[in-house]
Amino acid sequence: MLRIEYVYWLCAALLAACALHDLRARRFAAAAFWGILAAIFLGGDAVAEAAAQANALPAQCVGIGVIVLALIAGSGALRRVPEAADPAAAARRHESAARLGHQLFVPALLIPFGTLALSLAQPYTPWAPADRGQFTLIALGIACLAAMLAALWLTRSSPRQAVVETSRLLDALSWAALLPMLLAMLGAVFAATGVGEAIAHVVAAAIPTQSPTACLLAFAFGMVAFTVIMGNAFAAFPVMMAGIGLPLLIGEHHAHAAALGALGMLTGYCGTLLTPMAANYNVVPAALLELRDPNGVIRAQWPSALALLAVNFAMLWFFAMP
Amino acid sequence: MAPTVSIVRYHTPMNYWPLLGVAVVVFGFAVRANPALVVVIAGVVSGLLAGLPIPDLLALIGNKFVASRNLLVLLLTLPTIGLLERAGLREHAQAFIARMRTFTLARLLIAYLALRQALSMLGLTGIAGHPQTVRPLLAPMAEAAAEKIDADLNAADRDRVKAMCAATDNIGLFFGEDVFIAFGAVLLIQGFYAQNGINLDPRSISLWALPTALAAFAIQSLRALRLQRRLRGKRNSHAAH
Repeated sequence: MLRIEYVYWLCAALLAACALHDLRARRFAAAAFWGILAAIFLGGDAVAEAAAQANALPAQCVGIGVIVLALIAGSGALRRVPEAADPAAAARRHESAARLGHQLFVPALLIPFGTLALSLAQPYTPWAPADRGQFTLIALGIACLAAMLAALWLTRSSPRQAVVETSRLLDALSWAALLPMLLAMLGAVFAATGVGEAIAHVVAAAIPTQSPTACLLAFAFGMVAFTVIMGNAFAAFPVMMAGIGLPLLIGEHHAHAAALGALGMLTGYCGTLLTPMAANYNVVPAALLELRDPNGVIRAQWPSALALLAVNFAMLWFFAMP
Repeated sequence: MAPTVSIVRYHTPMNYWPLLGVAVVVFGFAVRANPALVVVIAGVVSGLLAGLPIPDLLALIGNKFVASRNLLVLLLTLPTIGLLERAGLREHAQAFIARMRTFTLARLLIAYLALRQALSMLGLTGIAGHPQTVRPLLAPMAEAAAEKIDADLNAADRDRVKAMCAATDNIGLFFGEDVFIAFGAVLLIQGFYAQNGINLDPRSISLWALPTALAAFAIQSLRALRLQRRLRGKRNSHAAH
């Protein structure tokens, strides 16, 4: 039986290899950063198990580790001097591209299509967990491993070279790689400390509740604003729905529930396109694509986001309200 | 049927102090402090102001961080991409697009958008993405397509083209996935209503996501065409000088 932890252990091994590589290159801050993260991935399962048995100590250690990671990131010590453009390396890349041709696409495409093939095979695999989301991650893990082996074979590289290349990309991503996890953590802290309730309370107290227009505006813009703050429409939806959607729009003004739910969520997605808090969609890609402006992706998508916001609001207005 | 509000539990009296955590986030991003540091400070501030004891707060942070490990699995794509890039993947993708006369920048972006949206509608969200497809394939191809328009593309326009690739991936994903009934958002909406005594068929919810999906395709396609027109206009004004 395949377990999702194996995928996390694979991540831990990769992180540990990169930490060692950074250590040997005397980049101590980066070595500590990826090393701590590797330890958290390796012990994550044990932490969750201990927490389930009311032993909070391992989780508290992870909590301290997270704070240390943030301090290393905030110290600016992770910055790695990018290697100067090497004309010999560029010539070698062009030569290798001409020699290998379309074969270069094979390992790259093996990741998406391998994941797809394994996902489709899920009903016929007795060793697979029933949970679909977990299975997709396992499928992605297997596909990545297969693609790496294919790339090693195709390029006749050593596993050491794979670590060197991974370390180069990882240090280019730097703390941005961690941001999605940190934001998920922040969302949970906000939920546990009642931030969402306080916001819904303030908004509901501030609008004239007898006006359907005012309620709909507050709901739509509340979805956008709260998604911008939390970086996640899933976090905004229950809060705005419980604060405004259910009691006012459905309860008092008899809105159409299915349309309100679907279009409300999509209105929140417009907010996701606008915020650096949605790190895995907006900040990580800017780092991956080595854009000079960390908000470059948001700059590219805000016109689409506002246009879609207008479309969603018009649909809410015409179809969700009686 | 009177809907009951069960998710939000109004405390009496309401504690508004944790909202300062939100203020920390806004302030931190405004002064361009390191986002990782800002986010952790915001969590600590919000937790302390809500009166959480420090050991509980540390455990909460630790547990939630561990529970979101799935967000970092994209890491496993890096060895393949790194090795292939060293062997000239980007150079090959660029040469490939440069040879194909039918693949203009706008057509490339629109074709990718259509594919991404269609796959998301079928629930196949994980097969494309920023590390898997945008960095190694789409972005270098789009750069090559842009270079076909203007051979000496400046750095700002190059970044704009790459950012447009990432934006196209996001929009294709977001406004495709809600049409798939087994997707988390649809089940979240249905589950939320069910908890509050309103029973809906997931299909009735996902149907309402279809018009927005079509609008997203139209809007993003138009923007791809506009980007192409802008680059062409720039090239022509170069040529005129």
